[in-house]
Amino acid sequence: MRKVCVAGVGMTKFGVSEKSCIELFAEAALEAVNASNIKVTDIQSVHFGNVFGDFEEGQAVMGSFAAREIGCPPSTPALRYEGACATASVAIRDAFIAVASGLYDVVLAGGTERCMAMGTPLATRTFAMCTEGKYESYTGITFPGVFAMMTHLYAKKYNIPLAKLKERMAMVAVKNHYHGTMNPLAQFQKEITAASVLKGFMVCDPLQLLDCCPFTDGAAAIVIASEEKAKKMVEKPVYILGAGQGSGAPLFRQKDITVHEARIAASKKAYEMAGVGPKDIDVAEVHDCFTIAEIALMENLGFYDFGTASEAVERGESKIGGKLPLNPSGGLKAKGHPIGATGAAQAYEIVKQLRGECGARQVEGAKIGMTDTLGGDATTVVDIIYGI
Amino acid sequence: MYKLTYKQYFDALKEGKLLGLKCNDCGSYTAPPKLCCDKCGSTSTEVVSLSGKGVIKTFTVIRVSPEGYEAPYIVAMAELEEGPWLMGNLINVDPDKAKMDNIIGKKVTVSAKILPKMNYTPDEGVTPAFVIAE
Repeated sequence: MRKVCVAGVGMTKFGVSEKSCIELFAEAALEAVNASNIKVTDIQSVHFGNVFGDFEEGQAVMGSFAAREIGCPPSTPALRYEGACATASVAIRDAFIAVASGLYDVVLAGGTERCMAMGTPLATRTFAMCTEGKYESYTGITFPGVFAMMTHLYAKKYNIPLAKLKERMAMVAVKNHYHGTMNPLAQFQKEITAASVLKGFMVCDPLQLLDCCPFTDGAAAIVIASEEKAKKMVEKPVYILGAGQGSGAPLFRQKDITVHEARIAASKKAYEMAGVGPKDIDVAEVHDCFTIAEIALMENLGFYDFGTASEAVERGESKIGGKLPLNPSGGLKAKGHPIGATGAAQAYEIVKQLRGECGARQVEGAKIGMTDTLGGDATTVVDIIYGI
Repeated sequence: MYKLTYKQYFDALKEGKLLGLKCNDCGSYTAPPKLCCDKCGSTSTEVVSLSGKGVIKTFTVIRVSPEGYEAPYIVAMAELEEGPWLMGNLINVDPDKAKMDNIIGKKVTVSAKILPKMNYTPDEGVTPAFVIAE
């Protein structure tokens, strides 16, 4: 396996968009191509992520349309990836493998989504389709519902009073919204208070509105190249040091849903490939789809012992300037969560962080970064480690 | 190849019978069914009736529902006496009175709730309905 790097990266503003999924992707892709100092025709393969284009726009097979939209020739293969909210990270990992294997030298990976086009009831339904369909969906379970059940189980398992746990969860939301104020591409760029989190309407007990990430439109893309090519393309190529992906069972088979088997397996693979451990990570973009999710992943990725991460949040260790800054971009909570694009947006942030290009939200001296993306009910999880 | 398909599992559940698979190699139970034993992967399994008794491990009250469902309602996960967990609806508790203290750890029995065919479902659906036994 040869060494693989990220050259240029691109990302649209996240929020509500009148542009189509393909238009959004094309803008992010062109930015990544231009930042790589190459031409679109240099791209040998397009790894395109999208989850619900069929429901959002009545549009399937978007991958090939997207490749031709940006000016790729008929000889460029395009693949559409779907791994629920981990979609773009699945695409990036496959693109990495394609270059590492020597099959291609320069490829494009990313994703796009237009969640807002569905409206809340259909969006809630389609997101719930990522839960196991035969034995879980008929309960009317929703995505927030899964993480709400996780919250109750977590409080019970570690004997943390629910009110105390909820205060610490609110601190996750406050922190990520604060980080989002420094990101001009974030959907929300306003600070919130813990009191406002705890006053929000109940989405599903015990998760309130601001415990949940929003529905979002947006796209992000990155150019991945062999080390040799990347060094000629950009001044500071960022190495993909390791990548892992895992598959989780339906929730009822996972049983204790505070422990994520696929995440543990995926991160172990990424750490091993990179030759690093959790203590070596300087900055991470992680899957904070709900406030409890960030607490649980801090443990499942090995950053903290099980049952102790909420205390670390209280101590401020996950803020920029803390022991291990998480989601300096604002995360899914504040930056937004266009599900098919999220993994690529995480990669965008980590690449910029490692290059020292993040301005006010820069994590000083970051050399090793990580992205963690969770799809479905910890059903598809991808962890990628980057270095400079 | 399948000892128990989802359709056969649903049909039995509708009649109040909770079926599962018992592994002939490791002795553990798999429910709802799948191709192989969930613990050891063996395909040497037999269809058995389960007790339909369990304990609630966690729950939520859904207040923003997907299309086709009317909030509020309780979704819970219960651990069966035989070991497997099921996701289902807790039906004999007022959603507005559901708290950790009066739900988690409670003993339940499993019955069935039938849902009509909806958009994007292949047929009618059947889901476990939990009833607190005490």
